[in-house]
Formats: sequence, C-alpha cells, structure tokens
Amino acid sequence: MIDVLIIGSGGAGLTAGLSAKEQNLEVLIVGKNYATSSQTTMAQGGINSPLGNVTPDSVELHIKDTIKSSHGISDISMIERVCRDAPNTIEWLDRLGVPFNRTKDNKIAQRALGGASSKRACYAQDYTGLKILHTLYDTSLRENIKIEDNYFLLNLIVEDKIVKGATFLDIKTGEVEQILAKKVVIATGGYGSIYKNYTTNAKGSTGDGIASVLRAGGRVSDMEFIQFHPTGLKNSSILISESARGEGGYLVNSNGERFIDELLPRDIVARAIYEQIYTLNQDVFLDLRHLGGEKLLKLMPQEVNLCRIHEGIEPSEELIPIKPVAHYTMGGIDVNSNLEVNGLKNCYAIGECSNAKIHGANRLGGNSLLEIITLGRFIAKELSKDLKEYSVSDIHIERDREYIESIFNKDSFDKNFYQLEANLGEKFYKYAGVKRDNSQLNLLLNKIKDMKSSNIGIIDKSREYNSNLIDYLEFLNLLDIGEIIVKSAIKRDESRGAHYKIDYPKEDNRYMGSFIFWIEDNSIKSQFKGVK
Amino acid sequence: MEIFIKRGEREQRYRIPFKSVTLLKALYHIKSYQDQSLTFDFNCRSGVCGACAVRINGREALACSSKIKSGDKIEPLKYHKVLRDLKVDRVEKDRLKKSTAWLKVYKKVEVTSKDIELTERQSDCILCSSCYSACPVLEVNPNFIGPFALTRAYRYILEPREEDKRSTIDNIQSNGIWDCTLCGECTSVCPQNIDPKMDILKLRGEASQFGYLDPNFMNLSFNSYNI
Repeated sequence: MIDVLIIGSGGAGLTAGLSAKEQNLEVLIVGKNYATSSQTTMAQGGINSPLGNVTPDSVELHIKDTIKSSHGISDISMIERVCRDAPNTIEWLDRLGVPFNRTKDNKIAQRALGGASSKRACYAQDYTGLKILHTLYDTSLRENIKIEDNYFLLNLIVEDKIVKGATFLDIKTGEVEQILAKKVVIATGGYGSIYKNYTTNAKGSTGDGIASVLRAGGRVSDMEFIQFHPTGLKNSSILISESARGEGGYLVNSNGERFIDELLPRDIVARAIYEQIYTLNQDVFLDLRHLGGEKLLKLMPQEVNLCRIHEGIEPSEELIPIKPVAHYTMGGIDVNSNLEVNGLKNCYAIGECSNAKIHGANRLGGNSLLEIITLGRFIAKELSKDLKEYSVSDIHIERDREYIESIFNKDSFDKNFYQLEANLGEKFYKYAGVKRDNSQLNLLLNKIKDMKSSNIGIIDKSREYNSNLIDYLEFLNLLDIGEIIVKSAIKRDESRGAHYKIDYPKEDNRYMGSFIFWIEDNSIKSQFKGVK
Repeated sequence: MEIFIKRGEREQRYRIPFKSVTLLKALYHIKSYQDQSLTFDFNCRSGVCGACAVRINGREALACSSKIKSGDKIEPLKYHKVLRDLKVDRVEKDRLKKSTAWLKVYKKVEVTSKDIELTERQSDCILCSSCYSACPVLEVNPNFIGPFALTRAYRYILEPREEDKRSTIDNIQSNGIWDCTLCGECTSVCPQNIDPKMDILKLRGEASQFGYLDPNFMNLSFNSYNI
C-alpha cells in the first residue's frame, strides 16, 4: 500500500504530487492521458494574485470580487484561504521557473480579466496554463515523481466508507488492476465534455472522478453551475481567451454595433451574446482589428493562430465569428474544508472535479489556475496525517474484471454510442445551456434516461489500447453526471450566476445554498444545504 | 475525399464526407461512424496538448491543426514504438530525464522582460514529438537525446534563476549537442515555430564557455595531424 495515490496528472495532480513529495510521502500519479496533454495546458488568460504590480490591489479586493462573482453560494473561508495564499502560490511557481511575463520594472506582469477590480492575472503570454503545467512536469521529473500514463479510473475501492485505493483499466493491456493507497486524491478535471461540440474543453473532460465518487456513495454538489465562455469560435467551439477582451477587444453584432460592456462577468456577457444570436438572429463577432497585427501577435499569438486554422480568418483584418460555449464546471465532488470528500474517508478532491466552493455560481477568470496550485499545495499537509495500512478484499477488482468482461462479451447493439454522445452534447447546449427552462430540462432528463437504457456497446474487441472502450466508459460517466446536472438544474427555480432560468430570471434567497446529490440503495438522493 | 491511414503493416483507405476538414475531425468521424477500432491520440483539439502529432504525407503535423486533402497518407510518428495504428509510445519522459531539462538550483534574481523574451519561444513547446520524428540522427543513433529535450535544456540554460548551469551542460554532451547534424528538419516541422537547430547551435557556444570542445572537430584535427 503506497502512501498517496493521485488520480489525474494535470496541474492539480502534479502540484499535489510535488507537495506530497516535499512532505516525504510516497506518491504515485496516474492519468488516462499524458500529463502534458491535460486540460491545464488550455488555460490561457492567467492566474490571479493581488500583487498590485500594475494597478493598486489588495487581498481584500480579490476576496470581494470572488465572493461577488460567486453570487452568495461560496464558502467565504475557502475563498479567503485561496486569495490570502495567492502571493505564496505565485512565488512558489516563480521558484520553479515559470516564465511569467514581466513589467518594465522587472515585476511579474498582470493584466485585467473580466470581473476583477484590478489588473490581477499573472500571465505567460496566452500560454499561462501550458507554461505552468510544463514547468510542474519538468520539476516532477527532477523530483523523480512516479507518473503512470494510460490508466483509466474505474472505481474507488471503498470498505466501510474508507477509500483504500482504486481500480483502473490499464489501457496498455486492457487488464483491470488495482492500486492500493492510504490516501487517495482525485484530480480528474471537470465534465464540460457533456456539451460535446459545444465546449472549449478537452476531449477527456468527462468527469470520471466525479462519477466514481457517485458510484462509491460520496457526495457531489452545485452540478448545475456550468460556466459558458462568451467567445468560443463559431464553427469549432475553440476558445478565444478573455484576454482578447481584456486587451481591448470589442463584441459586435451583424450591424457592427457593440451591445454589452465586454468586461462584465462571463455569465452576463454570454447571455447577451446568446440573446443576440438566438433571439435577435444576429451573428456575433469579436473585433480585434483596432489592436493591430503586431500587437496581436505579441500578446495573443495562440489566438491568432487558432483563428487562422479553425475559421480561416486573419484577426488583424477580419471579424472573428463567435458563440458562447461550455467552458468550466463549477460543481463537482462535495468536499469539506480539508478537501476531504463528503461521505467518504481518506479520499480528497482538488481542481475542477472538486467543489471547494470558491467559484460558487460563477468562476472568475484566473481563479481556476489559482485554485489548482494553491489547493494542490494545501492538500499535502492533510495527506500526511493519520497514514494507516488497511487490508483490502479482492472482491472489488474481481467485480470490475467481470464488468469489463461483460462489455467485451456484448455483441449486438441498437445504437451507436458516438452518435448518442454527439446528440447528448447538442441537447445539453440547447436545453441545459446558457438559458434553461423546466419543460426543456424535463425533456432532456427523459432523453438521458432513454440513452441509459439503450442497448449500446463497443465494436472493437482488442484488449490492448482500446480507445473505443475508453470512449464508451467516458460516455457512461457523462450519462451518470448528466442526470444529476439536469435534476439539480430543475430543482433550482431561480437564476443565479451561470444558471439562468427563463421563468425565474432573479435570484431567490430560498436557493442561497447548494443541492447535494448522492446514490444510496441504487437510487439518486438529494438534499438542499443553505450557506453557513 | 479519401485518405489512407497506416495501420500496422498495411494501409487502409477511408472515404469521408468532407470537402475541407482538419485531420482530427476526419479521424474522429471515421472512429464514430465507420471504424471504431481506429486508434489515435488527441485531447485539446486546439494545438496545445501535443497529443495528436502524426505524419501527413511524410511530414510531421498536429492532426487538430492540419487541413487534409484527398489522397493524403497518414502515418504514426517515426522513431517511436507504434502501439496501435497512429498511437505511439511517447519518449518525452525518458528524453527529458536524459537532458535534465529543469531548474536545478534556484537563485533569487531580478528577472527582466528581456530574460523572458529570450526563452519565450522555447517555453512554447507542447512536447508533441514532431521534431523527434523528423530528426534523421535518430535513424543512426537511437540514443540521441533529440531536438525537443535539447531545446528545453537550452531554455533552462538561459534561465537567470538557475544557479547550476554546468550540470545541464554536462548532461547534454554524450548523445547530445555534438551529435546533431544541423540539418534543420526539426525546425521545419515544429508546430510552435521553435527552432531547435538554432538552440543546439547556441548550446554548443554555451558548452564551449564551460570548456567543452566539439569532439568531431577534435577527431578531425587529430586525424589530419596524423596524416
């Protein structure tokens, strides 16, 4: 039994691994993809810290902005912890060698992102996540941290509510294996891929860790809160960073009119664009032409390149067609203030898969990179407490072996799950997207139930490197999570942050809190918990 | 259009209903609706995760960032063990450990905009391994550290916060900077416009400041002396 098993090798997982190593713990990080292919690479805009290097700022202002954006359903003590530690987080990253841009007087440069009352986001061009992640990876190699790729999480191993490890499909061999650990950290990322073809997220954002917690009897919460990014490219849903607006980009409609203050919080801007497109039948564009080609290439080389490849346009000369797309999932595994999963013991969740109640109903740009690094470091102290060996029954691995075998043995199908997955994405965008209403949500719930009971499976029967099987298991995870998202959205008859219900356009104090879901005796249970 | 995908020893033809499409979109369409066994890696779809590099008509490219045309031939990266179809056994971990491309001993110094600009390109690397696949040195010397791991070593050599530059220089001597033929294939295929050839050339200059000489040159002069 190793000390710590970290599931997920993105920014949160690598930071937790490095920090656990600093505590002399024996760590193993496993991931379904390569560490450097994780979603963290896609974070562009920056990482918040109230350093005040460019404009006056304070921890209090950062806290205030974050609370405001969360619309009352965050945990203020968690926000305070993360914001107060933000300068230490930046210093820690700086010591690892992250190449943050600098000001003229050699301080770490900072820029404006939406909803922030100061220029607060430290950045490395528009590759902030990429450069942080790669620096963490380099450091992990230096520290000889064991990272195993190609492990797909199946189930947490739980006995008497104590998590003792997890079972995995070894993608290399197709065998089911178990890894036993005294403490388990889930850092598997969000569930934005449920909006297939309507999300900026990486393919792998299928909420595998969240689904495993549900199956293990743990709690999830705030699942209906999904942030829509105002500026996804129209045809490919690929992200154009908020920094494009932070640097002075405009949003215009087909008539060339600006219709919203571009730097308002993401939910408000996304709804304004949605209304232009779907109510007023306008096309919406991001206009960067006035910034000039040279400045664009210097500040946003990645954006310029993405526009060229995916839309075939030159942003210094042409308008960029955009639409709002699913971008970040605020909800996730319900954790206590030590980040331990509610309902389970010895199991923790960090990063986008976790609902540490920092973002509440709407996340501020630049706060998610801050969260993964700050809480990735915080968790190490928790991991070193009360480490105990446990005995573990073979029943878990045997059950999962039988399960995988049953998937291989199934032969005739009524439907192609890839088609269902695309259909689910489209339906989620339409019915559980920027604007929602209960009748459409109920239709979607029935659709999910239909999909769950449909006869689907895999055609590829190879054992080694079977990505058909992985795609299938990911889809099943999304169906489980999707059902909870919709149920939670139906219960919340109000509009708050990213959750907007047409019939209930205002915040309602009766909903000042979180809907918590779990599975008990094979059925979905829920409970409303008001904020402290 | 139709494209040809190398699968093990054979090449398979697929017809796809697109006129203009990225390779990744075509591959995912094939997997979803024609052949669920087709195996390839990808994640971000937007050119930053480095997972989807393959060869298109013999040239390394990211599937997500490349438009294809009818008749294109798609193959896995070279000098990697092919695991299945276009999926290869990645070499990054091993190569970066050889070049020890990381910050070794932190030194507290002022970092300027100019310092950051010096390594801006090098730190754009997404570890897609395109340069490694394009490098002809690996054909004759499988132990060659390869372009991306040397570029990353150079990134940390230029790092003002690094106290111990010598260790990195020491670690890229054998099968490293002197084995490169400076052919520039790596530079021409890099999707991030990084120039590993130039980085390797500059590393040679850095190495000479630590007392290292070009071993090829030493052999050459020794031989001519004998003649």
